[in-house]
Amino acid sequence: MFSLTARFIGTFAAAAMGATLALAPAKAAEDTIKVGILHSLSGTMAISETTLKDTMLFLIDEQNKKGGVLGKKLEAVVVDPASDWPLFAEKARQLIEQDKVAAVFGCWTSSSRKSVLPVFEELNSLLFYPVQYEGEESSRNVFYTGAAPNQQAIPAVDYLAKQEGVERWVLAGTDYVYPQTTNKILKAYLNAKGVKDEDIMINYTPFGHSDWQTIVSDIKKFGSAGKKTAVVSTINGDANVPFYKELANQGIKAEDIPVVAFSVGEEELAGLDTKPLVGHLAAWNYFESVDSDANAEFIKKWHAYIKNDKRVTNDPMEATFIGFNMWVKAVEAAGTTKSDAVIDSIVGVSVPNLSGGYAAMMPNHHITKPVLIGEVQADGQFDIVYRTPGLVVGDEWSDYLPGSKDLISDWRKPLSCGNFNVVTGKCGGATKTN
Amino acid sequence: MWDCRMSLSRFLSIIAIFGFCLFPAVAGAQGMDDAKLTSLVQALAGDNFDETSTAVSGLAKSAAPRAAAILNALSAGDLYVSKADRSVFIGMRDGSDYAATDPLSGAKLPPVPRNTAEKIKVNNRLRRDIAAAIGGLTLMSGDAAERRSAAEAILKNRDPDSIALLDQALSSEKDAGIKLLMQRAKAAAVLNSSAPDDMKIAAIAEIKSGNGREALGLLTPLAGVEGPVGQAASAAISSINAELEIWNGIQNVIYGLSLGSVLLLAAIGLAITFGVMGVINMAHGEMVMIGAYTTFVVQQIIRTSMPGLSEYSLLLALPAAFLVSGAIGVVIERGIIRFLYGRPLETLLATWGISLVLQQATRSWFGASNVQVGSPSWMSGSFDAGMLTLTWSRLWIIVFALSVFAVLQLVLKKTMLGLRMRAVTQNRRMASSMGIRTPWVDALTFGLGSGIAGIAGVALSQIANVSPNLGQGYIIDSFMVVVFGGVGNLWGTLVGAMSLGIANKFLEPFAGAVLGKILVLVLIILFIQKRPRGLFALKGRAIEA
Repeated sequence: MFSLTARFIGTFAAAAMGATLALAPAKAAEDTIKVGILHSLSGTMAISETTLKDTMLFLIDEQNKKGGVLGKKLEAVVVDPASDWPLFAEKARQLIEQDKVAAVFGCWTSSSRKSVLPVFEELNSLLFYPVQYEGEESSRNVFYTGAAPNQQAIPAVDYLAKQEGVERWVLAGTDYVYPQTTNKILKAYLNAKGVKDEDIMINYTPFGHSDWQTIVSDIKKFGSAGKKTAVVSTINGDANVPFYKELANQGIKAEDIPVVAFSVGEEELAGLDTKPLVGHLAAWNYFESVDSDANAEFIKKWHAYIKNDKRVTNDPMEATFIGFNMWVKAVEAAGTTKSDAVIDSIVGVSVPNLSGGYAAMMPNHHITKPVLIGEVQADGQFDIVYRTPGLVVGDEWSDYLPGSKDLISDWRKPLSCGNFNVVTGKCGGATKTN
Repeated sequence: MWDCRMSLSRFLSIIAIFGFCLFPAVAGAQGMDDAKLTSLVQALAGDNFDETSTAVSGLAKSAAPRAAAILNALSAGDLYVSKADRSVFIGMRDGSDYAATDPLSGAKLPPVPRNTAEKIKVNNRLRRDIAAAIGGLTLMSGDAAERRSAAEAILKNRDPDSIALLDQALSSEKDAGIKLLMQRAKAAAVLNSSAPDDMKIAAIAEIKSGNGREALGLLTPLAGVEGPVGQAASAAISSINAELEIWNGIQNVIYGLSLGSVLLLAAIGLAITFGVMGVINMAHGEMVMIGAYTTFVVQQIIRTSMPGLSEYSLLLALPAAFLVSGAIGVVIERGIIRFLYGRPLETLLATWGISLVLQQATRSWFGASNVQVGSPSWMSGSFDAGMLTLTWSRLWIIVFALSVFAVLQLVLKKTMLGLRMRAVTQNRRMASSMGIRTPWVDALTFGLGSGIAGIAGVALSQIANVSPNLGQGYIIDSFMVVVFGGVGNLWGTLVGAMSLGIANKFLEPFAGAVLGKILVLVLIILFIQKRPRGLFALKGRAIEA
């Protein structure tokens, strides 16, 4: 009852807002290419996703200054799916069918991506997904510009084992698909490296968990077995601030039990006093502190656009930047915005990333990235302490899970398959949800 | 390989320090010459962490008078290297320049533009090495705090080579607390060394008397050792574990009380608006959120205009949050809710709408991301009580929740406003015919409930996110507490909150946080089936009205 009414009102409010936003730039519809932006502007995920909406508007603005795409200006169509997963599918359908957008940039949580996936496949449109995720998926219509587990989680664990000599692992996560799959992969990986089950503690907490006393004290207990212990955190969103506050208050220092997080970036640290957290780690493919000309220019233009030089940049912003530029390049190469032509032309497209290198779209619709490990500093930024020597190709089907280690994805013709089994030589169909 | 070099250099550093301590006058002559020191400092800016680490131990070995200062600067991230000539300096940010100091002489250097220098990075491992190196250098320092952190660093590092140094420091140490710490550090180092068994067994006894968790960490690796040492360690471990078992129970109760007081704070305002007035107020969480944002604004104002008061900003935020949330509550009551009395479904819808409006308004005003509310120093950190680690913020919140409860009871029982409130809720028409202006009492009651929610927001800003979603996380829990405790009864809310908190904390260790929460909900459903009016049901005709 409660949630029904809640959803009803939420939908109503969001629809009203979506309608006004979508109506505003309706002028000169013929000469523009429409681009859909599908990020939550209200509800729990607004905290993370609003920035990506701003990033997209900024990138579109920059592109239009350069003359647009194929001689036409780009026009943003912003809708608000209000952190409500079924609403994401509805809004995606509206963007594609009514607004006739050429491509959609959006989603944050895996749940929202899974919700829109059938819509994009049914209507044969394009989705650029800019957030790190658990892998185990490859769709012809989706381009994954965030990290796959092998581009974030596994190098981070390697770093801790090698540099910090960690032997005992706490895998702490929020109870949903991304942490569970990532932890499954990590556990298989650690077991393969000879870590025993008794040296791995897996802990899940509900979304928005705020009382971390027991868990932090359990971590402390687990860490007092004479072996170097680290926490690998896939704790998501709102729950992070109370978690780090409790860590700091209970006096767990990074030198004793370091925490490496996959969902904590500059944006999440903005609400925290980071002085007691110096030395805790995060693994990403981009940090605002990256020392490169491309990054300096991006930050300068971003501050000028958003008119606030306190706004930070983060990894999903870079992934959005890469995805957008790849789409522009692929459209220009194809000479049209038609989905099939863009899907054919985008594989192999290579654009500069912000850390001084290039990102290329691979046949599995994932991209190449450097992996960076950063340590939290007192000013809320990260110091990069490790960087993979080369670029890492996103691996959609993990090599460490029994069900997926034989699968590959290649969307080039003639294979054109998202989960080709190299042992049986058969394509198992376009999608597999886990 | 790397370890060997480390311990050798440690050993040398100890000899160097001995020399320095015993013959300070000669030490300068014996120490390294300036060119060598300069090259060591240069080497701190090495290509990788291993090179820096070697330079750190070299510097510690040199026992140069400014070695500790340089290492401290490195650890704090204040050591920079010029991109052009690779010279190293201690820098402080000063506009677009660094105010530079020469690391070895301490002399002022001309300022260096920020973009021509880069910070020498340290990671956790290096930070540990630096702490141990500084520990070796400052164990005999005149400053008690420095000696304490030096002993702590050695306790963590357990380097057998520091035993001799610790013996020397122990002989001159006067402070009992630091002496104990040094003894423990020595015992830890002995366990890590190849000392004879009887020394090790004595060390085990020494460690066993210390902090339980820490002792477990030191002793567990020894439990597998053959012979008397392993037996002594296993015996010590099982006796510590038995003791920890008892402390675990106490810890669960205290954590439960702490969670309960957070629930109490979140629910107590609702106990008035929903419990006493019967308004299903879905916007209650947003009143908490507004209180937290008021704290943020008050802190911003104090930070810019009266920095001296920032330690007390939370105390100043309390009345502000009460007034802001209370005023908004009165406006909501006068503007919307008063037209909906007696229509619970419409009230529910309207207040849910208000909550969405308030959330989105906050989001457009302050931005969607979290804002940072600082903690005063008296609310951060923790202290040890027996084998428990209690954090100050949680303790203060327990105290605070109970005082809010007491004050509210006083207001309801001892003031004219409280009397009128109780009169109106018990029999509206009778109260009205006695000359009480019931509409005003309604508005003030709703304002009081909202204001208390605002105060709760001040406390919650210390442990939770301050974001527009803050309230959503607490609304379900608040209703749960009020319904469980018994609608219309403040004592019920208190007992309900505390028992839910404690039940949660006893379930969590073995059921996990997710299942624990589900179990609590199931128990509440069963309980409500049995006693629909909650723990403390109001009796009498008022209920039927």
